[in-house]
Amino acid sequence: MILDDFFTRALIAGIGVAIVAGPLGCLVIWRRLAYFGDTLSHSALLGVAIAYVFDLNISIAVFLLSGIVALILLDLQKRTRLPGDALLGLLSHASLAIGLVFISFLSFIRFDLMGLLFGDILSVSRTDIYAIWVGGFVILGILYFIWQSIFAATVNHDLASAEGLKPHIANLIFTLLLAGVIAISIKMIGVLLITGLLLIPAAMARNLSNNPKQMVLFSILGGVLSVIVGLFASLELNSPSGPSILVAAFVLFIISLLIMKVRNIS
Amino acid sequence: MNQKENLLIKLDNIGIFKSDKWLVRGVSFEISKGEIVTLIGPNGSGKTTTAKIALNILQSNEGKIAFYAKKIAYVPQKINIDWTLPIRVIDFMNLTNKINEGQILKALELTGVQDLFRADMKNLSGGELQRVLLARAIARNPDLLILDEPAQGVDFNGEIALYNIIKKISDDLNCGILLISHDIHFVMSATDHVICLNGHVCCSGSPSAVAQNPAFIELFGERASSTLSVYEHHHDHTHNHDGSVVK
Repeated sequence: MILDDFFTRALIAGIGVAIVAGPLGCLVIWRRLAYFGDTLSHSALLGVAIAYVFDLNISIAVFLLSGIVALILLDLQKRTRLPGDALLGLLSHASLAIGLVFISFLSFIRFDLMGLLFGDILSVSRTDIYAIWVGGFVILGILYFIWQSIFAATVNHDLASAEGLKPHIANLIFTLLLAGVIAISIKMIGVLLITGLLLIPAAMARNLSNNPKQMVLFSILGGVLSVIVGLFASLELNSPSGPSILVAAFVLFIISLLIMKVRNIS
Repeated sequence: MNQKENLLIKLDNIGIFKSDKWLVRGVSFEISKGEIVTLIGPNGSGKTTTAKIALNILQSNEGKIAFYAKKIAYVPQKINIDWTLPIRVIDFMNLTNKINEGQILKALELTGVQDLFRADMKNLSGGELQRVLLARAIARNPDLLILDEPAQGVDFNGEIALYNIIKKISDDLNCGILLISHDIHFVMSATDHVICLNGHVCCSGSPSAVAQNPAFIELFGERASSTLSVYEHHHDHTHNHDGSVVK
């Protein structure tokens, strides 16, 4: 097997994404934010289009747009009487539709729509690697700083608030971190599948863990393993990178189910 | 000792208004170090709401509240831990701040659940969970402890043991305690100050004074009161189903 230059880049980028997605994915599962993640990532498509039109850095444009959508969502949740899932579906599909319509107007720019939706390892540039590792480092640093607060609020919001941890602020920051991880992983995984990279390794980790730290660690390891296996498969089978990584993650999840079953019996 | 220095929290005529009605109104009390203040009252009378105002989780719409306590610990009425979150007792003990292991073990020992150190939180029985919740609050070494129905789901003997622990904490840590309780016997034996709540303060004072108050007897019945005193009825008001006062 030849480690082409683009492939090494994809591998470095993908591992970076998986490390950041691990702990955030655990929080997404614990806090039941799977649909929330979907909504943010679908809005990223519009962010990419805007980045092309105004010649901005894609990661920064996506982060800003997902961040804005997240804040709109938090505000709408307080204002409307629509149930949470309907509201999320509404925003999720509306932002995806707006992004697709917007892109169709930009006929003067050649878009690789499949690449945007499902990820494209060929598109990972040196700049993207910097964005992923520097951005990822910042995201993990902030997460480390607010971890006690966000984790306590996940277990019991009132308890965290009563004992002085300011869970509202931690929630807001966490939402922006989620927008951040979407921004850095969009090229690798694609708009439609980012939430999968957050959820599947974390779900696998749940089956193997008995405490939160362990789950975060297994989630990171599972994500990294999925990226490595998925990217090699993508290279061999000429399949799109995002789906290949998620298939690998799903296979790991199935294996974790089997391990859990064996442990329970013995 | 200076009264002011020992004061931990002071609520002055606080009230909270939500969805076109007052959940609680006109509630005043204060808690000092070493003191146990108990809130009693029927379901929906605003006990938990009042506790949440005292915890600064909810903001009151009127009245004043002054916080002097440096470290607060809270035992919520119930806690639901989702299956997706794997968490052991030891992880839960460190939830809101890192506590050293010796202190954690001591607190678990005090509430009699030191064996559950590494147990999964989801496998605890109702009584064990209450003891762990209490131990976590103790391990924080607070100066104000707020307990919302700490004996919920605990059998009768366990309940007595639990209330004895609370009394012991109050003596050992010299912290102030705000207790929400249904248990009138404990209220009578160990509380310094009772506030009988039903949307507003029906009556308050020392346990024996409250036991003889007509408003208390109306809410809790003759039997609750008769443990301490024989009493004649003189209603000064009655309540609608929602707790509002009818003269």
